[in-house]
Amino acid sequence: MILWTLVIVFTQLSVLAFGGGNAILPEMQHQVVTVHQWMTAEQFSSLFAMAQAAPGPNMMIVPLVGWHVAGPAGLLVTSLAKFGPSSIITVYVLKFWQRFKDHPLRARFEKALKPITVGLVLVSAWLIADASAQNALLILIVILTAILGMFKKVHPLWVMALGAGLGICLL
Amino acid sequence: MKAEAISMEREPVSEAPDCKALFTGFMQLGLMGFGGVLPLAHRIIVEDKKWIDEGKFTDLLGVCQLLPGGNIINMSVAIGMEFQGIKGAISSVLGLISAPTAIVLIIYQVYEHFQYLTAVQHMIQGLAAAAAGLLFATGFKMLRPILKSYLTVLTIALTLVFMLLIKLPLALTLFILVAINLLVLGVKKS
Repeated sequence: MILWTLVIVFTQLSVLAFGGGNAILPEMQHQVVTVHQWMTAEQFSSLFAMAQAAPGPNMMIVPLVGWHVAGPAGLLVTSLAKFGPSSIITVYVLKFWQRFKDHPLRARFEKALKPITVGLVLVSAWLIADASAQNALLILIVILTAILGMFKKVHPLWVMALGAGLGICLL
Repeated sequence: MKAEAISMEREPVSEAPDCKALFTGFMQLGLMGFGGVLPLAHRIIVEDKKWIDEGKFTDLLGVCQLLPGGNIINMSVAIGMEFQGIKGAISSVLGLISAPTAIVLIIYQVYEHFQYLTAVQHMIQGLAAAAAGLLFATGFKMLRPILKSYLTVLTIALTLVFMLLIKLPLALTLFILVAINLLVLGVKKS
């Protein structure tokens, strides 16, 4: 039963993931925390943090949520539901792509989607920060790491390490 | 030797990788990338392995960015399909996500085991704050080059209002905003 619910939730997220993983983070949090109450918002932020600390594509929170909810079976089912449908869509669209490549609507759709994606990434950032930064020091870490992250030369891993280190030393 | 060098120059794309090569190639990519895998993907796929050339990479990326799903996951599907069909696509995706999944699970298990320690709790709180900060940075960086038109500013503002204040479902938010934007862009053009 719970596996089936995971399949439904993550299949929907998969086909809605225009603009990539970070764009569906708000909806994922809403489903996982508010609708199905599998974890608290703070736990969700922690899982997101662990996923970001690991290498790989930026959607590694997906297998973690599956594991947290239903163990190994949950991990398998969730990953398949999240990465399967969008991949199948990619396979099919690629077959017809040559025809649509230079269609005027394509450029317009791209232009229409871009600012929405940016907005969704900012919403994600807000939700993760809102759930995890519960005191002044943590808010300060959010601001500091946001500024550091704007510089191309600073590797994100160092920024994460700084956040973790400040957390241990000062909290 | 000389003939080989010439043919290498003329044909920058190496021979078609088999499923195993796709699996290990994308595994390498998955393990090396932190945060953003995309710049790395270009280096490994186009420059090191020479599976596809620059133009093809840009072309495929264009499709992948337009479709639902992570860009890099879609790229792995596209490149796998290109060389070995469905089997290749599956090999590529599995290669890309299997090792990171294992690593993230280990991190999670270690955390579960030691989460009673206050130091570990504080570390995770700091880490989450940093992850949020980096997300803000990503958003701001994406914002800078497109912040010229009123439509962009309005769309971003509406996205925030819809998702954070009214708490509309993502599907509805996407539908409404894409429709408005397509309409406005269409009117502007004609």
